[in-house]
Order: sequence, then structure tokens, then C-alpha cells
Amino acid sequence: MSLDFNVETFRGDYTFKNSAKAIKRFPFPFPEDSYMYSVNMEPHVPGAVGSVFEHLFDVDEHYVAEMRDRAQVLAEDPLRCQTLPHMELAGWDLLELIMESKARDYPQWFELHKDGDNWHWINKPLQIEQKFTFMDASTLPYGPMEYITRQTQGDFTLQDQRDDDLWIEAGMVTTQADWSLDFDIGMSFKQWHAPVPLAHQMNIFDRALKFLLKLQHGAPVRRFNWTMTVDALLDTSPENYPKWGPSKTTMTPETIGHRQHLRVELQTLHRLPRSNAIVFPIRCYLIRFEELVTVPKWARRLHRVVRDIPDELATYKGFLRNKPLMLDYLAQFDDGQPTSPGFGAD
Amino acid sequence: MTKTMFEPSITSRPVYGVLSPGVGSAHLFVADGEGADAVCDLFAKAEAAEMKAASHIIYMPGANGCDKTADLQALGVAQFYRAPSFASAQSRLAKVLADAHMGLQIYAAGTEGLMAQVAALAQAAGLPYEAVQMEHRGSLARRVQCVHCKGVTENVRLDPFHCSHCGLSLFVRDHFSRRLAAFQGVNIDAEDPGQVPASVERFK
Repeated sequence: MSLDFNVETFRGDYTFKNSAKAIKRFPFPFPEDSYMYSVNMEPHVPGAVGSVFEHLFDVDEHYVAEMRDRAQVLAEDPLRCQTLPHMELAGWDLLELIMESKARDYPQWFELHKDGDNWHWINKPLQIEQKFTFMDASTLPYGPMEYITRQTQGDFTLQDQRDDDLWIEAGMVTTQADWSLDFDIGMSFKQWHAPVPLAHQMNIFDRALKFLLKLQHGAPVRRFNWTMTVDALLDTSPENYPKWGPSKTTMTPETIGHRQHLRVELQTLHRLPRSNAIVFPIRCYLIRFEELVTVPKWARRLHRVVRDIPDELATYKGFLRNKPLMLDYLAQFDDGQPTSPGFGAD
Repeated sequence: MTKTMFEPSITSRPVYGVLSPGVGSAHLFVADGEGADAVCDLFAKAEAAEMKAASHIIYMPGANGCDKTADLQALGVAQFYRAPSFASAQSRLAKVLADAHMGLQIYAAGTEGLMAQVAALAQAAGLPYEAVQMEHRGSLARRVQCVHCKGVTENVRLDPFHCSHCGLSLFVRDHFSRRLAAFQGVNIDAEDPGQVPASVERFK
């Protein structure tokens, strides 16, 4: 394995950690000292060099370890990756988008050579070399969506668009914040968001759906979402809830800085050219509290966000139980000083 | 028989109407338990008289023992079939849907689990979800998929309840999958193993 990538685990001994460089580029999701739902969508345009926005699909030091973790999840539960039959074309769209982006943005790691429909893909970090015929699934070891998302960080769902609605009809979901693809596949936009509290009454989903139905090819958008996770567990699935649920009860003032993680989802949305489907990559970034508090502005702000969040939201995000412990820990880093607007670390 | 009143729920849960005679070349009814009353009410309407010669009723008694076979037989439709259970009627229903011509009208009445399974079969046969008229009657017992082992437990009345497949104690969410024709059940003592609150009869 290349020195570019960490040797680490997201289960068992949890050796996951962020380097100083990874902490510096962490996508801190709070632009101000409080949090409430919003559509908060912005164009997914290239950002600063070195930031998670630099490229269309960010590949970071956790890449190889995350892909190994995904393979383990799929070996234990193949239902985490499903495609309804009419979604294969969207899978090819996605494969093309990712392969072209990665070969362009990370030529030291990925290569794509095309001779008509005869494609040759090289993924050096995962030591994969594949010659295949574009649009012929029999020439790949998996369907196109599964093939490429086994090599790409983040969860992915594919939405078909019809009847003025979006239908979640394919997905690769192994790093999810407690929702089940197997249960939700086939649902409309408002159906799969049904369990989210408060946001329906705020018309968040009406507005988001209206916006997304008009999403244009070549003009992707992005937003953040976030939650809290005990230990660096990527697979916080409802399927495995009995396995990871008890970890929430074992937190102490001594361990919380080390074991509690802020979990940030960088969600992007891209219109796909042939299928007219929308792909929704949900990229998960984890950071330990003790890593996060090395940035004074983030420590102050996270304390204020957690302190002021409505209990209903803390319950939905699954951290109400440990909120007092979190506040005790974070309060020591909040000197009451004002924070500057925006995400940046100052 | 009063029609069921539902409390407001989340947006994934279907809402149900009242069966009314549709215009079509053939009419397929699937009902369980008290759903028979919705079918009888429809045929009590004057405009439904002509439908009988082109109607096929598939009926199964409710899990609560409610059996209105005699009422439906008395309607005198072209085809009446009494099945002991939905599972046993499934292949017959799939055949009827596969053989259907344009203009088939589909009606489902009774429990949510029955209606959802009819709609899912119709969708699998290429019909849109909206093609199935639905009217809720009778029991509010739920059909619940265990999110952990994926097994479906029928006629869930208690919350929490034991998954009939893996045995975990599950609480019943309102989140509903039309594809699975089921509500979602999630382990209630995942964070505190063994601390299971007493079950209450939430779905009568």
C-alpha cells in the first residue's frame, strides 16, 4: 500500500485517526454558532487546493481503509447494495462520471484509457486493473454501480425522476447514519424522508424536491449534514444497531474526547446524462472530539451548537443520551469569545 | 360498520379512501376480514349492478377470525374464491394480474398489510400504485419487517413485540415501505440490552 494512505480500521480496535493535514482540511459543517435545518444547497464547484472541495470526488488518506471496510460490510450483508432493474443505465452514467473525474483529478492514482467502448481502468491504490466494454455489464465482475462504488468513498444512491418526483431505486449504502436502503428502496422523495422530524412542517422537503427536479447536468450542488458517532464506526446501520447501540452507554468523562466523533456528511447531487437520474453521493468524514478541539474556533462553536440544539433533533440524531457529557467536555474549550462567520478555522 | 379513522401520520404511510365502482372491462377485488363489508357496500350502489358479471373476488378471513364469506358469496359475482390466507392466494392473484387486459379495475379492502401486498403485486405486474383502489376496514394490526433479520411478522398488535424470526424485541415505527408492504421494526433495547418496556396493544 502506498504511503499516501493510512493503515487503519473502522471496527474492532478502531485504529482510525486523522493526520494533522486531515484535521486542517476537515469539512466543519457549521457556518455559525447555532444549527437548524435548512436546504443550504450551494453549487459544487472546485474549492481551495487541498480542501475537500478541490475535486468533484475527494480521495483522502482514509481511502484504502474505507474500501476494505465496505468490502467487509458487503460480505456480511449483500443487501447494502441494491439496484432495481431499470437503474443499470444510471449505474453506467455514475461509473463514467467517477472514472473520468478520478483519472483527471488524481492521475498519480487512477488512469482511464478509452478505445471506443473498450475501456481500461487502472486503480493503483486498490491494485485493480480492469479492461471492460462500456455499457456491457457482463464484462465487469459486478454491476456498474457496485463496481465503481466499491472503489469510491461515500455512500451512493441513484434517484430516477418521473411523475415530478424522485424515486430512490439503487444504492450502495455501508457508511450510513442509521437508515436502511433495503427498507427505503423504491420510495419517493417524501416517503424516504418521512421519519425526519420538524423538517416537513418547515416545508424543507417541498423546496428541496422542487430544486432538485430542475438540477442540470454539469451543475452539481452540495450541502452538509451531520450527526454524532461513538467510535470511528462507519457502518452505523439500523441492521446492525444491536451491535453498535450499546457503545453509547459506555462513554465516560475520561473517554469522551477520544471516542466521541463528529460525523459530517458532504452530500452532493449530480444529474446524470443518459438516464436523467440523479446520483446522491453521501461522503462521511469522521473527527474525534480531541482532534476537533485542536482548532479553537471549531471547539467553541461545536459547544454552542450542541448546547442549543432542540432535544427533538438530538434524539433524531441519536446523541441526546450523551449530550451532557459532550457539553462538559466541550465547555472547557469555550471561553465565550465571539467566533468569526463561516466554516473556516481562522 | 364505521370506516377506520387514522391519526395523522408520517408521509411514507399510505392513506386510504372508499371503494367506488370503476369503469373497466373487468373488476378484481381482494379483501380480508372486515374488508368484505367495503366490497358489499360498493355492490350496494346502483351503478355497480352491471359489474357483477365481470367481477372476480378473492377473499380470505381476517387473522382475528372475522369471516364474511357468506356475504360475498351472496353477491353472485362471476368468480368468487375463498382463500385460507393471503400467502395461499398469491399465485392465483399473480396469474390474474398477468392475464389481465387493459381496463382491469383493482380494488383492495381490509387490513393495511393485505392492501399493500395487493398493490405490490400489481406494481410487480407493471401497474402503477395508484391503479389499486384501497379502503381500510377492520383490524389495525400491522405487518412489520424486522430491519435486523429482514423477516416479516404478520398481524402485529403489540408494541414492542418479539420478531417471529430472530426473536429480538422490536418497536414499531410508522415508516412504511410499499415495496415490502410492511412497517419497520427496530430493536428497542439495542442500547440497553434487556431493558424492554412492557408491551401495549397499540394496533387493535
